[in-house]
Amino acid sequence: MPGILVVAEPQGSGFRRVGLEILSKARELKDSTGGPLAAYVGGSGVADQAAQLGAYGAEKVFVADHEALGSGLAAPHVDVLAQLQAENDFSAILFGGTSQGRDTAAALAARLGAGLNSDSTDLAPGGSGLQATRPAFGGQNLVQSTWTGGPQIALVRPNSFQASESGGSAEVVAVTPAISDDALRAKVTARKPAEEGKISLEEASIIVSGGRGLGAPENFAVVEALAASLGAAVGASRAAVDAGWYPHPNQVGQTGKTVSPNLYIACGISGAVQHKVGMQTSDVIVAINKDEEAPIFQFADFGVVGDLFEIVPQLTELINQRKG
Amino acid sequence: MKIAVCVKEVPDTTAEKRIDPGTGRLVRDEGDRMLNEFDKYAVEEAVRLKEAGAADEVILISLGPEKAVESLRQALAMGADSLVLVSDPAAAGSDYLGTANALAKVLDDSGAELVLLGSEATDARSGVMAAALGEVSGRAWVTAANSLAVSGGSVTVDRQSDDGVDTVELPLPAVVSVTKAINEPRYPSLKGIMGAKKKPQEVKSLADAGIDASKVGEAGAGTKVLSVETPPARQAGQVVKDEGNGAQQILDFLIEKKIV
Repeated sequence: MPGILVVAEPQGSGFRRVGLEILSKARELKDSTGGPLAAYVGGSGVADQAAQLGAYGAEKVFVADHEALGSGLAAPHVDVLAQLQAENDFSAILFGGTSQGRDTAAALAARLGAGLNSDSTDLAPGGSGLQATRPAFGGQNLVQSTWTGGPQIALVRPNSFQASESGGSAEVVAVTPAISDDALRAKVTARKPAEEGKISLEEASIIVSGGRGLGAPENFAVVEALAASLGAAVGASRAAVDAGWYPHPNQVGQTGKTVSPNLYIACGISGAVQHKVGMQTSDVIVAINKDEEAPIFQFADFGVVGDLFEIVPQLTELINQRKG
Repeated sequence: MKIAVCVKEVPDTTAEKRIDPGTGRLVRDEGDRMLNEFDKYAVEEAVRLKEAGAADEVILISLGPEKAVESLRQALAMGADSLVLVSDPAAAGSDYLGTANALAKVLDDSGAELVLLGSEATDARSGVMAAALGEVSGRAWVTAANSLAVSGGSVTVDRQSDDGVDTVELPLPAVVSVTKAINEPRYPSLKGIMGAKKKPQEVKSLADAGIDASKVGEAGAGTKVLSVETPPARQAGQVVKDEGNGAQQILDFLIEKKIV
């Protein structure tokens, strides 16, 4: 059965949005790859939610339910996916660019001796099946790549595609996972979940970031308040992270995360190359900075020169009023 | 215990970079080159383990052009003991798998029990090497360690996951990638810098290292660049001075863009 397999990561009683985004895109691609559009759901206690993927275009959903698949570690998924690949011979396997997605895609591709296109922001028919677009150096170059053989494995950057429902339904196939001892060598012995409702930077559709202009760690509160009003994730520039004002997983830029949200609001960030390459592929960039010479105004879609401690709280209030 | 740290030379992160549209590869001869910033955290962690008596040797392993030795020497200056750099024209254009195959061969011959990597390289930014290397080398592996402890033949890390922080235990031999939260890398001392030049620095061809040339370089690559485009640079939009209504103007703009 050639065709596309989309790996959809369960989250709570649903799925991480990136998996739904890829499924929505894969509906357009399946004519060129042939075969039904399939999805993989691996986790612990996830059988009930698998059918949801039908609404996004999956025709067949392979569900593997096993305690080890809910550990957050990739190795057990690699075993199951390698097993599915041996049985089904998918022409392409697509993953979301999450932490678990990256680990699983890399180890699976290495096991299968397959090519891996990382950080893809677009997929199109081409070459022997698909071709992938990857922004290099923060989008200064766009690289079109294909694969030299199969399966074509890709990691897709979150927010690259719109998740949309097709109104379909899926055949759910339960898989009996055969997980090797080797895949169970790494064990999770304790878990500390992030705060409830916290949105991961890479998956967020809106990001509000703070930089050196905030002046002190406690001033991140104004950025957090704006982020809360917009349902956004909070980012930070390297200057703010290096100064110890905000934790490193929130850093955006060359030595932090690369993000492509629909909206990026930069507060007190100058926009040096280091930062720019991590966020310039955002759809819309808004900048607030007191220095009118700041480089960020050269590539922001809308910039306000002024005091962020005036503007950001006002904007938060305006957005809250509009919502309320 | 011997620790191997996989390191990479990358273009200067503060400079603008480009890809040669003809070859689809990174232009390697322009601008300054440096040790990948993320690797410094892995080197620092290895050197700390040695200083704490948990390891007796720290070796560096890399794949890259011959002159990368100059950038990688910084890791020797930080306290690593020796460097093996695989450098061969036939290895140029290696993708993640070619690189993992080459590193795995050198690792197998090194006798290292713990392998550390940075979480990603600032040029490719894929963040896939630790998983690929773990798989190819048959070692247990874990990514994104915020902390690391070695005791009694196993490694315990606090792993930064998508949903929080998990404590993960795995047996040696193991491959672990570390995050920037794990430590604060030292600046090499003058003594370290001077001493680095005298430490063993071996440059090996694929044949020297016993690496199958068909598994690396373009010959071993599973992906192929079709074209490289340079999209038009992002243009400056509207910039206004705040005269009390800056926030309202942003809101109007967001409404116009249908974002709120």
